[in-house]
Amino acid sequence: MAIISYIDAVTAAIQEEMKLDPKVFVLGEDVGVRGGVFRATQGLYEQFGEQRVIDTPLAESAIVGVAIGAAAYGMRPIAEIQFADFIMPAVNQIVSEAAKIRYRSNGDWNCPLVIRAPYGGGIHGALYHSQSVEAMFCNTPGLKVVAPSTPYDVKGLLKAAIRDPDPVLFFEHKRCYRLIKGEVPEADYVLPIGKADVKRNGEDITVISYGLTLHFALQAAEKLQTDGYSAHVLDLRTLYPLDKEAIIEAAKKTGKVLIIHEDNKEGGIAGEVAAVIAEECLFDLDAPIKRLCGPDVPAMPYSPPLEKFFMLNPDKVYQAMKELAEF
Amino acid sequence: MAEKVLMPQLGESVTEGTISKWLVKVGDTVNKYDPICEVNTDKVNAEVPSSFTGTVTEIVVGEGETVAVGTLICYISSVDADANRSGVPAETMTNQLDQHHTTPIIPTKQRYSPAVLKLAQEHNLDLTRLTGTGAGGRITRKDVLTVLESGLQQAPVVTVVKQPQDASTFVPTPKSPSPLTSKKTSEIPVTMGDQEIPVTSIRKTIANRMVQSKHEAPHAWTMTEVDVTGLVRHREQLRDQFKKNEGLNLTYLPFFIKAVVEAIKEYPILNSVWAEDRIIIKKGIHISIAVATDDALFVPVIRDADQKNILGLAKSIDELVRKTREGKLTVDDITGGTFTCNNTGSFGSVLSAPIINPPQVAILTMEAIVKRPVVIDNMIAIRDMVNLCLSLDHRVLDGLVCGKFLQSVKKNLEGYGL
Repeated sequence: MAIISYIDAVTAAIQEEMKLDPKVFVLGEDVGVRGGVFRATQGLYEQFGEQRVIDTPLAESAIVGVAIGAAAYGMRPIAEIQFADFIMPAVNQIVSEAAKIRYRSNGDWNCPLVIRAPYGGGIHGALYHSQSVEAMFCNTPGLKVVAPSTPYDVKGLLKAAIRDPDPVLFFEHKRCYRLIKGEVPEADYVLPIGKADVKRNGEDITVISYGLTLHFALQAAEKLQTDGYSAHVLDLRTLYPLDKEAIIEAAKKTGKVLIIHEDNKEGGIAGEVAAVIAEECLFDLDAPIKRLCGPDVPAMPYSPPLEKFFMLNPDKVYQAMKELAEF
Repeated sequence: MAEKVLMPQLGESVTEGTISKWLVKVGDTVNKYDPICEVNTDKVNAEVPSSFTGTVTEIVVGEGETVAVGTLICYISSVDADANRSGVPAETMTNQLDQHHTTPIIPTKQRYSPAVLKLAQEHNLDLTRLTGTGAGGRITRKDVLTVLESGLQQAPVVTVVKQPQDASTFVPTPKSPSPLTSKKTSEIPVTMGDQEIPVTSIRKTIANRMVQSKHEAPHAWTMTEVDVTGLVRHREQLRDQFKKNEGLNLTYLPFFIKAVVEAIKEYPILNSVWAEDRIIIKKGIHISIAVATDDALFVPVIRDADQKNILGLAKSIDELVRKTREGKLTVDDITGGTFTCNNTGSFGSVLSAPIINPPQVAILTMEAIVKRPVVIDNMIAIRDMVNLCLSLDHRVLDGLVCGKFLQSVKKNLEGYGL
């Protein structure tokens, strides 16, 4: 099995699906000739031509709006938002149109649309190139929000998203693109959207995370092992709807839960996960549910020391995990 | 430099106090005499004032913990001490600071997580028998699982009410080895349907003081009966006017106390304290009165009762009763009594054997006033009669002086309304 990077898994998934299904096409800013600013669509323009790999104007509302129209027409568009920060002009199209088409038309119409958006910080991108915007969309029934953390999950989940009959927001952590590598089968496979995945088995504490911080948790878990504590690590993979069953099972396993994400703490995904646990398995808890998240400040700072302060890292995660393990 | 703040002596018989609430937190700036915490001691809540102006650097005793008088409860980094700092070599200072901070004090009050409680219930475990490995000795779910796996507690355990913190923090005074702790609670079998009531700190105080009194003071008992027909009539006449003028109900208790105080003046030995090698006769006459609430008994004090008339006594009694019911008694309100009067008649008793309130040497009850046929000048009359019962510490008092004292009280009471 080949070891490839996170971003190569993105390209592989799109390329395979485009080969399998002529209705699949890509549109976005600089996705064609340039191959995307992160090179996620590299080689696709050459392989599939300008009819299926479309460079668009800098207008996110148009990118998503056109994609919704194409989806209604029976196509399977993959719209790229160059940075998740730029998704805001398209929120109306995503939330009020794409998410509601099936419901509004009583099931007559659906919207098989994928919107890919690189999110997250740690790349000196500052305000407009570092935001985590996932929580905004995780309160919109009709949408699915996916945020994988490994190349294997990226490929399997992106292929599932493309084949999904309803709109899927696919968030890719941009720091993971070339940092995270892993084994990915060349074969065609899909992973179920809405299912979390246990990335590490342990007995002492349960860590629930997704994206880049999941890798921090895995690294910290190794270090924590030398202190005599084993961590159980659950990767949410899909942020909306949450895999409640897996969350409850993981929480019950150790009774001590730490939820980690890079996004701001208040109103973030962690709060919803904590609420599920509090509602469903209070009597299995051995400690207060803990959250380790980004600070509640308006944006990622440009200054490198401040960016470092904003971002979580394996050390911060280790400290929080150790504290909970010792409780 | 951090100054130590100790659990203060908040009353003569107080040996320990429970921190009911911290009014400051670490990092707060306090002025000298500012209240820093509330302490629940021998029957009262009191605020502990700061002895220093400075910053609270560490709280050693957590809320709800009971510690002996003189125990370190917190550190305050004193401004005065800081001013004197210049002369102290830096190294020494650091060492001293280190000593305070190298051992983080974690509150040890036992709390159980939902998971631990659930497991304990399912397996009928007595958690007080487990040792915790979590932070501050907390029993973790893993601790319980380990015990269950090792099968240490396979035999069904009779769960008993135990308060380990009580047993460990109760410090008996050297003179009175606490008889309460000598009997292990686990020896008392608890069968199904029995109700177990945890012992509150007030109930524990009452228990200890009663045991101490019965254990130390050889109680003797005597009684006299008093014809209070005159007093009853006298009170009837005054009652409505008194209510109108003063807004208070005129009870028999002020008259009773007045009669007692006058008799004490005549026989001051009744107003004394046993001090092993000597007997101290107290100058001030401060009368303790027993006030019952639904679940406890308090003995607030009327100060300088000899300087008060009936109105003054009535007002004092009313105020103390009100404060007792509202739980607002202060340390001053319950300390310094020299003699106790107990109005047992208020709940219908006609005869009782009260326990002396140490370190006092006697306690007098006023029983219920009842109409009885009595012989006066060879004729039978219906009179309002009351029994007065006196318990006395026979180390200090003998029958003769007590008899004379009671006769004096009797004379005073029978003199009302004449």
